Amino acid sequence: MRYTLLMHYAEQTGATLSDEDMAEAQRAFSAYAAALHGAGVLIAAEVLRSSESTTTVSRVDGELRVQDGPFADTKEQLAGTFVIDVDDLDAAISWAGQSPSVSWGAVEIRPGATFTRDGVWVMNG
Amino acid sequence: MTRADVSAAAQSAARSSYGRLVAVLAAADGDIALAEDTLQDAFVQALVTWPRTGIPSNPEGWLITVARNRQRDTWKSAAARTRADWLELGAASSTVHPNDLDLDTLDDKRLEMLFVCAHPAIDPAVRLPLMLQAVLGFEASQIAVVFVVPAATMAQRLVRAKRRIRDARIPFVVPTGAKRAERLPAVLESVYGCFSIGWDDAGAASLDAPESMAGEAFHLAVTLAELLGEEPEAWSLAALLALSLSRRATTDGEFVPLDEQDPRQWDSDLIARGETYLRHAAAVTLGAPGRLQLEAAMQAVHAARRHTGVVDWPALGQLSEALVTIAPTLGSRVAHAAIVGRLAGPSAGLAELERIEVPAAGFQPYFAVRADLLSRLGDSRASEAFASAADATTGRHAAYLRSRSAATKS
Repeated sequence: MRYTLLMHYAEQTGATLSDEDMAEAQRAFSAYAAALHGAGVLIAAEVLRSSESTTTVSRVDGELRVQDGPFADTKEQLAGTFVIDVDDLDAAISWAGQSPSVSWGAVEIRPGATFTRDGVWVMNG
Repeated sequence: MTRADVSAAAQSAARSSYGRLVAVLAAADGDIALAEDTLQDAFVQALVTWPRTGIPSNPEGWLITVARNRQRDTWKSAAARTRADWLELGAASSTVHPNDLDLDTLDDKRLEMLFVCAHPAIDPAVRLPLMLQAVLGFEASQIAVVFVVPAATMAQRLVRAKRRIRDARIPFVVPTGAKRAERLPAVLESVYGCFSIGWDDAGAASLDAPESMAGEAFHLAVTLAELLGEEPEAWSLAALLALSLSRRATTDGEFVPLDEQDPRQWDSDLIARGETYLRHAAAVTLGAPGRLQLEAAMQAVHAARRHTGVVDWPALGQLSEALVTIAPTLGSRVAHAAIVGRLAGPSAGLAELERIEVPAAGFQPYFAVRADLLSRLGDSRASEAFASAADATTGRHAAYLRSRSAATKS
């Protein structure tokens, strides 16, 4: 069963985050990814650039609108995702709890509904 | 075999083992709603089949088999959108052969269901209703009455919670180790909640009567304690409920406060069971006693009055002091103030009470204890205090408080 762990947290900039803090976070994320991979549960992971660089596209009254900035302008932003394949919610909760980002934000656990394999949709589960 | 016999047999099977059967069926795929539907179908099937064939020697086994077949049909039709692999796997690992169906082993499944209902990923507000339905078999409309919401609202909440259990795949397991320690309190809390809801009508019904939620919750607590083995708080809950139920005869007729009840009315078998459970709890306690153990011990002190003839207030004082230290809830603090009032006099009790912040919505036990302390003090405000305590409750308790209001009117 696939779950996507969505990391939400208030974004830090170079001004608020020291080099040591950044290095420490990177080490923690490396260890976390290695642990997920070692357990054979990691499907994919991605840490995103800050929402300052995000672009949102929507169609309004038939017109394609391209906008500077995130879809939802909130203090906490989606900062990264981990797709994992584990037995059940308890296993997902346990992995979510080990994410380095739980110390400075929330991790949302969303069960997947379908995913693609070779371009074809497959039911999760 | 008349239709009425069959109907009675089916209903008896439904009542005595509904929760266990749902738990067995749902454990296969985590789908409680489907389990309930297929079990319902099986009951209907029984009403048609049993008049011809006679009631099977193992009605529960028969029902499980029929329901399981329905479940498989549903899985097969869903197989096109395949969740099939793990479904079949789950079903295979938990398939129960009807002839091997032992209701005692089914209790393990019921235990899993309890942990599912009280899972941290389930909204605390819906845990108790969910348990009342999925484990104890009460209908959404009955549960709605208890929680004072429209039936459709309650049904909707239950449907949502069950869908969530299935879709997020909350596992049907009894957790072990640290996870058990973390989750057991919520399970015990909910079973205690089921008991409290049923307590009002526990008086009239006999202990085994299916309509008594309190009796069902008590059985559940004993099952939990026995199956979990060495969990002191589970044994303590069983003790607490046994000792409370021992006084159910006193819930007939007029309300009488605990320390004024005639101990000869209490059920000595239940008291003995409660005391045994409490000894069990103490024997497996490693550190300091937990909240439920302290509450059960306080009940045991009251029960001891049937031998000693007096309430051991100093013992109650020590226990409630410990209780407010580890669990300073509104209820435990108000109860503590009442005991202080007995030990150190009503002024000391009132002083203790005044330190408690009462929520804006009010707290009935607070009003009742305050009124009692005022009357012990001979304070002229007692009558009015009893009247407002009566307004905050209903039934025989309200009637009792009104009579005390009248008696203290100067």
